[in-house]
Amino acid sequence: MKSLEELRAIKAKMQNNVQLRGVEDADSVIRVVVGMATCGIAAGARPVLNKFIEEVQNRGLKNVLVTQTGCIGVCRLEPIVEIITPTGEKTTYVKMNADKVSKVVHEHLVNNRVVEEYTIGNADK
Amino acid sequence: MKELSLNILDIANNSVKAKAGVIEIDVSESENADIVSIDITDDGCGMDEHMLAKVTDPFVTTRTTRKVGLGIPLLRQQAIDTDGHFKISSQPGKGTKVHADFRLTHLDRPPIGDVASTVVSLIFASPDIRFLYKHKTDKGEFMLDTQEVKEQLGDIPLNEPEVITWLTEYINENLQSIEGGKI
Ligand SMILES: Nc1ncnc2c1ncn2[C@@H]1O[C@H](COP(=O)(O)OP(=O)(O)OP(=O)(O)O)[C@@H](O)[C@H]1O
Ligand code: FES
Ligand SMILES: [Mg+2]
Repeated sequence: MKSLEELRAIKAKMQNNVQLRGVEDADSVIRVVVGMATCGIAAGARPVLNKFIEEVQNRGLKNVLVTQTGCIGVCRLEPIVEIITPTGEKTTYVKMNADKVSKVVHEHLVNNRVVEEYTIGNADK
Repeated sequence: MKELSLNILDIANNSVKAKAGVIEIDVSESENADIVSIDITDDGCGMDEHMLAKVTDPFVTTRTTRKVGLGIPLLRQQAIDTDGHFKISSQPGKGTKVHADFRLTHLDRPPIGDVASTVVSLIFASPDIRFLYKHKTDKGEFMLDTQEVKEQLGDIPLNEPEVITWLTEYINENLQSIEGGKI
């Protein structure tokens, strides 16, 4: 059974690892914003958020900041995720799910290629 | 909502929006008493009587992006539809309490679902809020106080991925030991 004391080991390990997020250059941060209003949650935003957290950790993407927001504005296209690059370019992905998240992480966050087929511009095609 | 744990996430997000410093989430499930209940208490901005009287009406919201608030009316309806009860009380400047219970064996009762995932999403998004999560079953009781987690971690933020992963496992292990969250 896990106990809270194990957290001290995590702490010790992380303190040795100087690459804590605060050290990152703010200019290189990519922001991932997941819409978590009632309609987003009902449509499946929680597993989408959790998949981003998991993928970002597994791939060690230190320059990616996953956050959440309330309503993004288009209920029928939820779950919605916005990705904002350090230069301020925004891509809006719609009707997301965990599988789509894996692809977006690999293509967009790692290789810097927008996954056009999941974007809002392609939503009604 | 497909899972009660999603309602919990949604209602607790209201507390986050209300600038709460402490949010308490109590889940209790009892086959013996045939009831599942959820209590969410915060010390946020609260609501005045006027707002409170209207808040279960789906046409009430202080949000600006659309005209209806859905979270509270939805939870209320789900409770009532399963022979349960809903209650909300609030005081401006003091905080808000939301209670919902459901008849455990009612055919329309949604499953409790992944509460660990809900609690962890909340902590991840608001690492500075103190969350108290209590979960009770006929077998026992489990409590997580993020203040205690913070005391162990010192200056390491709660939303570091390693910590989040650990918390998820910790909650799930404890829930298993009291056979919680399975119904
Ligand atoms: N814990 C709380 N503290 C203070 N005010 C609250 C709280 N919960 C709800 N409210 C008020 O009641 C309103 C309605 O809440 P409700 O959850 O039903 O809808 P909403 O949050 O506005 O939108 P959504 O559909 O995304 O949930 C909120 O906009 C807010 O003004
Ligand atoms: S309320 Fe549905 S997208 Fe905002
Ligand atoms: Mg709400």
